[in-house]
Amino acid sequence: MANRPVLAPQLRRLRRELFSSPGDGVLSISLIVLIGLVAIGFLRWAFGQASWAVIQVNSTLFAVGRYPIEQQWRLWLLTALLAAATGLSWGLLRASPRPDRTGTLWPRHDRLAVVILVLGALWLPWALRLAALIQLRWWLVVALLVGCRWAAGRFAAVLPSALRRLVPLLWPALYLLGMVLISGGLGLVTVPPSEWGGLLLTLLAASFAILLCFPIGVMLALGRRSDLPLLRWGSVLYIEFIRGAPLITLLFLGQNILGFLLPGGLAPERIWRAAWVLTFFAAAYLAESVRSGLSAVPPGQFEAARSLGLSYGQTLQQVVLPQALRVALPAMVGQFISLLQDTTLLSLIGLLDLLGTARTVMANPAFLGKSAEVYLTLAVLFWCCCAALGLGSRALERRLDPHTIPSAT
Amino acid sequence: MRLPARFRNQLPLRCGACHWRTLISALSLTLLSAALAAFADEGAGSGGVASPRLAAIQSRGRLICGTNGQLPGFSVLEPDGRYEGLDVDLCRALAAVVLGDAAKLELRPVSTNDRFASLASGEVDVLSRNTTLSLTRDAPGGNAISFAPITYYDAGGVMAPRREGVRSLAGLAGRTVCVVSGSTNEAVMADRMRLLGLAYTPLRFQNADQTFSAYQSGRCSAVTSDRAGLAARRSLFPDPQAHELLPETLSKEPMAMATQQADPVWSDAVRWIVYAVMQAEEWGITRANVATRLKEARANPDAAELRRFFGVEGDLGRQLGLPDDFTYRAVAAVGNYGEIIDRNVGLRSSLRLERGLNQLWSRGGLIVAPPFR
Repeated sequence: MANRPVLAPQLRRLRRELFSSPGDGVLSISLIVLIGLVAIGFLRWAFGQASWAVIQVNSTLFAVGRYPIEQQWRLWLLTALLAAATGLSWGLLRASPRPDRTGTLWPRHDRLAVVILVLGALWLPWALRLAALIQLRWWLVVALLVGCRWAAGRFAAVLPSALRRLVPLLWPALYLLGMVLISGGLGLVTVPPSEWGGLLLTLLAASFAILLCFPIGVMLALGRRSDLPLLRWGSVLYIEFIRGAPLITLLFLGQNILGFLLPGGLAPERIWRAAWVLTFFAAAYLAESVRSGLSAVPPGQFEAARSLGLSYGQTLQQVVLPQALRVALPAMVGQFISLLQDTTLLSLIGLLDLLGTARTVMANPAFLGKSAEVYLTLAVLFWCCCAALGLGSRALERRLDPHTIPSAT
Repeated sequence: MRLPARFRNQLPLRCGACHWRTLISALSLTLLSAALAAFADEGAGSGGVASPRLAAIQSRGRLICGTNGQLPGFSVLEPDGRYEGLDVDLCRALAAVVLGDAAKLELRPVSTNDRFASLASGEVDVLSRNTTLSLTRDAPGGNAISFAPITYYDAGGVMAPRREGVRSLAGLAGRTVCVVSGSTNEAVMADRMRLLGLAYTPLRFQNADQTFSAYQSGRCSAVTSDRAGLAARRSLFPDPQAHELLPETLSKEPMAMATQQADPVWSDAVRWIVYAVMQAEEWGITRANVATRLKEARANPDAAELRRFFGVEGDLGRQLGLPDDFTYRAVAAVGNYGEIIDRNVGLRSSLRLERGLNQLWSRGGLIVAPPFR
């Protein structure tokens, strides 16, 4: 016993969990071998057989679709601004960390995230052999992000609190500015929506729908619980109608029927039509999530607030909705993620979102038979977007959790 | 817009709850009149010949053309974001004629399922989407579509490796043929082989990629698809010369642009712009020499045919509601029919298809433009 080498706690834990009995050991080893074989096969394919030229040559198409090349500086500017804002918000959030219920702090994962981000940004543009100028731009964007994060963390303490309260307003302002930069106007050349595509279109449609479906969904949920019959039945009818129809039929309706109903020229661009359909569709589902949150708030809360003299609006705003939305948050984020993935249906109505672009690229005789590479790239891109949404929501949950205590103020 | 002002006068000054009905009906009437006014505006065409569609295109400043976007040779997206192909070039010719600029064009990818709906609802001005002409699509009781002249005669075909020694359909007896499951080619092949009394084994796959990789790995002796598609795939094989298309055509797929039947003036305009590029090939007018040919026609009063064609004499263009130099605009933008074919699907493209039926009538093909007079 005594001369047995003392295993590190991690190793001991590994042994306990994977090799506690002979049967366990056999199972573990065969699984490890299997996973290893799959991984080796995949790596051999990815670095040996796969030809990534299809991604490299079409990288602009995948990123922004047919957006005119001479106007693409606007998108780069927007990317840089987004990176700066992300770095700023990230750094400020980091400056006042909050432990979650288990007491672990965010920072450890945080530092890991920075390292992964920087390595990815250094390696990916190089691996894809993008043009030198574009590689440089990506590095600058990432440098800006990391720099802003560092600066915000460094100077957060000296920042006046009035200024810090303005930071969340940065995002809506940036969104509006982004819309102007993308579509033109205010002295910029107009780029018609029919020329937007790829990741740009996917993110635009998804963010538009996510932002707008939230207020509509909350109002529908409140409407469904209202005492006014017209409001209640209106909300029920809307929610049940939308939930009873598949998204693709609604998209087809929006694309093909509006032209019959409205005289020529009055119907909005079809990208906006599709974005509105996504919004209205998601709102119906979101309303039910919010309603579940509202049901979780005990009626006593509402009555207590009212008896304290708060108005209906104040009660909702100060007492009921904060609790309800906290309960509904995980379900809502799940819907946002599925909404992001639902945007791939836009390819079926002839829009060139990420999937639509991918199909178009794969139809080009120069890239026939390259579907594995293209679909894998798409999967990675979507995974990144969904992971970002998921991470953001978990951070938000932690912020809203009443059991976390601000560590320092 | 004088109507809204009149209605405003009729609106009650104190608009209490009791007056909502009046307000709503006034508003809806205003909207209705605005819509009607918009329609009335569309009716006013240029120079006597009235086409709501032409007027709409001109006021919009952009021609909207429904395309496939995913069919090599016909419409396909290049990495630089440009669409190329036969269907696309024809749209460019239309834009060049109607708007004076081939770039004033929006190419809108429409799927197989909603292409006719997008045409009927007026979402697209013209459909240039490898659409096969058929009775149901043409008939007023069917899709009520007006077809332009046939711009490409495609056909179902069969490809086999030369070393298999298959020279005709009869040689496929008892062999295995790769085919995309559920395609028209599958049904047409089965029909034809039954008619010939030949037994064969179809090997079905979900999509074209799988079908052709099975064919290349030798799992079947032949593969069937549209001839243009077969040629496109063959061009990517490591040894294209080792495979040949069998001479038989299994089905006829005449493809044409399509417009709404409701606007015959616009349909005629599209029809004659297509004829113009065909006629240009017949007379040897190319994109390169069209300017000198026009100069010749202007200088030579005896070249009556050419002068009429270019609009130096007569009013052929105006009769269609188009500018008199519409033929010049079309050819200057995209070249003549032969140039369009060569560039996109012919021997100078990656598809390397023979002209075949898509040759001028004077050279044994089916392409013919009626007289320009």
